[in-house]
Amino acid sequence: MAYSPDRSQYPQKKADGTLDIDLSSGKYLKLWQGPQHPGITGNMSIEITVCGDEVVEGITHVGYLHRGFEKLMERRSFIQCFPIVCRICVPEPDFNEYCYAAAVEELAGVEIPERAKWIRAMILEMGRINSYLMYLGGQAGALGQAVISQWATYVRDLMLDRFEELTGARIYHMFIMPGGVRDDLPIGFKKRMQDTLQEIEKTMQDIYSVMFCNAVFHKRTEGIGIIENRWLDRYGVTGPCIRAAGVPRDVRKDQPYLVYQHLDFDPVVGENSDIYTRADVRRRDLLLSVDLIRQILSRMPEANGSTMATIPNVLHWKIAPGETYVRGECSRGEYGYYLVTDGSGYPRRVNVRGPSYTHAMSLFERMVVNCNIADVAALLVSLHTYPPEIER
Amino acid sequence: MKEELQKRIVKGPGGVDIEVEPLRDYYCEAPPTVMPAAYSKIVEDLFNWARSESIWILGFGTGCGAIEMRPLMTPRFDAYRYGIQWRPTPRQANLFVISGYLSVKTLKRAIRSYEQMQNPKYVVGLGSCTINGGMYWDSYNTIKRLDDYLPVDLYITGCMPRPEALLQGFMDLKKLIRAGNAEGANQYAENFKWYKDNQKKVIKDWDMPDYSW
Amino acid sequence: MQALYDKLKQHYALGELSEQRADLCFFTVPREHLSSLLLYLRDVEGYTHLVLLTAVDWIEQNQFQLTYLVNNRLSANDIGIRVLIDRDVASMESIHHLWPTAATYQRELKEMFGIDFPGSPRIDEDFILEGWQDLPPYRRDFDTLKYSEQTYRDRPGRVTHDPASHMKQQLYPDAED
Repeated sequence: MAYSPDRSQYPQKKADGTLDIDLSSGKYLKLWQGPQHPGITGNMSIEITVCGDEVVEGITHVGYLHRGFEKLMERRSFIQCFPIVCRICVPEPDFNEYCYAAAVEELAGVEIPERAKWIRAMILEMGRINSYLMYLGGQAGALGQAVISQWATYVRDLMLDRFEELTGARIYHMFIMPGGVRDDLPIGFKKRMQDTLQEIEKTMQDIYSVMFCNAVFHKRTEGIGIIENRWLDRYGVTGPCIRAAGVPRDVRKDQPYLVYQHLDFDPVVGENSDIYTRADVRRRDLLLSVDLIRQILSRMPEANGSTMATIPNVLHWKIAPGETYVRGECSRGEYGYYLVTDGSGYPRRVNVRGPSYTHAMSLFERMVVNCNIADVAALLVSLHTYPPEIER
Repeated sequence: MKEELQKRIVKGPGGVDIEVEPLRDYYCEAPPTVMPAAYSKIVEDLFNWARSESIWILGFGTGCGAIEMRPLMTPRFDAYRYGIQWRPTPRQANLFVISGYLSVKTLKRAIRSYEQMQNPKYVVGLGSCTINGGMYWDSYNTIKRLDDYLPVDLYITGCMPRPEALLQGFMDLKKLIRAGNAEGANQYAENFKWYKDNQKKVIKDWDMPDYSW
Repeated sequence: MQALYDKLKQHYALGELSEQRADLCFFTVPREHLSSLLLYLRDVEGYTHLVLLTAVDWIEQNQFQLTYLVNNRLSANDIGIRVLIDRDVASMESIHHLWPTAATYQRELKEMFGIDFPGSPRIDEDFILEGWQDLPPYRRDFDTLKYSEQTYRDRPGRVTHDPASHMKQQLYPDAED
């Protein structure tokens, strides 16, 4: 049954567009959700004003994780920036490495070896699987299904083992360097990767039957948190959120980077644009990533010399003046780096465009109105926001 | 002081006027006090044993190290078998894991969360950035030494520490507690003014009560 | 890209076109043309997606460069529009009526660069920083190292080397420069 709120009790708008909320009238209650709250992704907070249990206004507060990366990078040389960029986003750090490396390569005119491109694409897809598994656990957890989180984190650990084997680190890999990738695949990696993929597929079937076929999950997610079509462009919606609204927008397909033009796939799209559809689009996208990794492993050219292009002496690396923007499709949407150089050995300006920037701020504030308190956590998780990429 | 903390009159249901003075009504003004050891050593040892076997962590991911907490809660590493579990509220927790860099804005919340926790309580600093600033040594928004602001019982190094390192750290913390050496909360009470001065030096807009529990 | 640029050039005082890639180009417009150009690009040419809005501090020229990057989903290309504004009276017209999400970017620019966008929603509220009293931190003349040394206490024992001289000493102590 569709739920239609009674608008008569809602606050009027003042002349400047803000809501006229008088807290001392006793009709409204102000609640803080976060930063120390289990229903929050990462470390951010939402200031919600409720009337009964319905949200009349929600304001996102971020900045708890601000380290000033864009400033710090201005005083680090191009190679010194490379180990810190991955720290901008924890669940999927590889996109920072890729976008930064690609932007530097483009401005410096470095062409990377073919095999390095395939390895990069594989790492990005592995990172995407990790991020989605983290999301599935969080989405189910926000609705009280703790077991999904246990399973998803278990298979994510298997994928982290592959990362560890390849790069030597679990979370921050620092593997995609400007100029290529640090190393080639270890011996026997393909076989172990195939096993991991199989295990993930098996677990995904379990997750599908326990989470996606669960009546409670259906009831609490269908028809809730709908992103209307007219909001998509106005609020800068990208990634699975826009694909769940039926727009087949996927940077991997629209503006292929690395080796995606050699891979066979179609963007996963959904129809209803509610929480359920977004979860389902992500589940299918995860399976697509599994398929893409298989394609990459089978089509990758044989090892042929170094996986690093020759780059100038990194200690004296100066890049001619220029500016560029490099984007990729990460698990949450469009990730991009805007890099400006001025001929010195340091970047003039780096700007990171994280997808959560628009999702968690303006879009979420728009969507949370009229939502019930109990659904706020599920709604926030369903946008798959991650605060560090908002504030950097 | 913030608007919410000012003295004001609130209309209750049925038109009753209620006077609210948040600082007096919601907070305890008394500063923290040192918790003395039990009257006899054997009882204190028993208490310490019990404390060391029930480490309940506050689920507040203050930095990126929080991502390695998930694997610890799940079957692969399973910290629950050591009596370690995560609690959603400070009132139920006795271990605060500062998982990585603390920006000034989070420091403010971390202090409040810490003060709301009940004694006995412990703080573990996780990652290089809590020790000396780590990667963010020249950042304008992150603190460099956590022990200037909160009493740290134990540091775990790494960027970020692996789950195995965390487990080892928790084991070491257990040893500290059992030996009666994890006296962070008492240190905080003893040097309360020093901690507050340090905190107020970096938190420029101090708009909360000095002690909030 | 060239065709679109020529078409736009008839109506707007555009600067020189620099084609960075086949699907990405940049050009400069005067600040008073920006709003109508963006509106035209959004509604007529299909550049409906505001990718980012950011600023670059050219302190040597005493200017801020604002970059508006818009993306056309159908033809899969991007245009970066640069607007140069004076650094001393940093103020710019708000575009939140074109893209509501731009309000967030403008809030960040206000806080991090001190560029004002009159009329933008909640522009004066704290966004990322809290109780910040110094210069806006992303300005070039703000020295983050100095601020950090003054504000936060170091733990003794930390050593910093200049990478170039340190590596040379470690690896090739005998080599010339």
